[in-house]
Amino acid sequence: MVDITVKVNGATRTGSVEARKTLSDFLRDDLDLTGTHVGCEHGVCGSCTVIVDGRAVRSCLMLAVQAAGSEVTTVEGLAPDGALGALQQAMWDSHSFQCGFCTPGFVMQATAFLSAHPDAGEQEIREALSGNICRCTGYQSIIDGVLLAAHRSREIPCGREADRGGRR
Amino acid sequence: MKLPYVEYEAPTTVAEAVHLLAEHQDEASVLAGGQSLIPLLALRLARPAVLIDINGLGELSGVSVTDGLTTIGAMTREYVAEESEMVAGAVPLLAAALPLIGHEAIRSRGTIGGSLAHADPAAELPAVARALDAEFVVRSRAGDRVVPAAEWFEGYLATARRPDEILVEVRFSTAGPGTGVAFQEVARRHGDFAIVGLAVSLTLTDGAISDARLAFSGVADVPVRAADAEDLLVGKSPSPELFEEAGRRATADIDPPADLHGSSEYRKKIAATLVRRGLQAAADRAHQNNAHERQ
Repeated sequence: MVDITVKVNGATRTGSVEARKTLSDFLRDDLDLTGTHVGCEHGVCGSCTVIVDGRAVRSCLMLAVQAAGSEVTTVEGLAPDGALGALQQAMWDSHSFQCGFCTPGFVMQATAFLSAHPDAGEQEIREALSGNICRCTGYQSIIDGVLLAAHRSREIPCGREADRGGRR
Repeated sequence: MKLPYVEYEAPTTVAEAVHLLAEHQDEASVLAGGQSLIPLLALRLARPAVLIDINGLGELSGVSVTDGLTTIGAMTREYVAEESEMVAGAVPLLAAALPLIGHEAIRSRGTIGGSLAHADPAAELPAVARALDAEFVVRSRAGDRVVPAAEWFEGYLATARRPDEILVEVRFSTAGPGTGVAFQEVARRHGDFAIVGLAVSLTLTDGAISDARLAFSGVADVPVRAADAEDLLVGKSPSPELFEEAGRRATADIDPPADLHGSSEYRKKIAATLVRRGLQAAADRAHQNNAHERQ
């Protein structure tokens, strides 16, 4: 077992883990942060995406021991309990989810992407989210939600008001 | 799938990593970015007794350009190379290929050396290294050894790296003036492994092709250089007819594998199409670069 200290959502957390434990299992099982969802467990679906030191990573493809000394943000860290962050609100307003399983992964990937590319347009957003799989929505509503968040952050009218002018 | 039990070592110097490799030999797997090795562990396709995690080896990260040679440390993350202006200027073919690797979150962790040591024949970087005749520097307790790309890729996920060696850096010749590049691929979904991919570098001197380099991914168990097509191209002026003929030459001798994404024949047709498209795109960029340099 290896003792590790990780900053998770702003709080210093410690644990004692086997080297083979993935970061996703450490977050869920040891820290009880079950907002990070584990889908395929081999890096294909993107559901377990979290932000490590400012970059989106797949937490099932990273060992917990490798996160020692890093700053990790999970979906729980985006807004206080019961509140929604700006991106989450935009995705809520756009019905960007159905069953919700893949949603934390999309939210974290989009959070990392928008913070690095606040001026992103639809095509860039599609590209950035292309590694995340959703089996319900057909993706359009997810793209709409992220685009709405990007527009709101730049105070560009969008969503229903803009849609009346003619949808794609 | 949970990872199988494995011993874990996290050396902090290359010397320490080399010592561990000498001790454990082929019982050990070197863990770089982990974007291929961790799935292999999860799927039980790799069962090392020991993981030697080289993420703590800061000395293996970084890009430097000196005397016409661009050196990239093995642990340089793909996103770092992708964002590097030095890479964009000195090894534009590498810069063209990097955004096509997996997805953003994969490139956050994935490394240049890890991809090249993993040597998946469908991946982008092996084709780039083969096209540009990159050199691989490996280190063991016996010292350093330099392996040319033509000898590095030995088979499916197999390289010339010996069990007691660690890949420390990869060297690329810096692109000369008048060089245009393209990395073309056909994939079901952006970020997936391509059905076929092609790395192209063309250099135009006074309107004629003075250097041509083409390497395929996904058509064999190693990246494949299209030497016959290169020979045809050198000395001639770019034209659609020439590129059509290059496509025929480049694919005359390949026998791609068949799988659920496409038959061998289909891959061959895609390969010829990519040669035409890739050469045209590279020639257009070479023209632009020449025009730009003249200004």
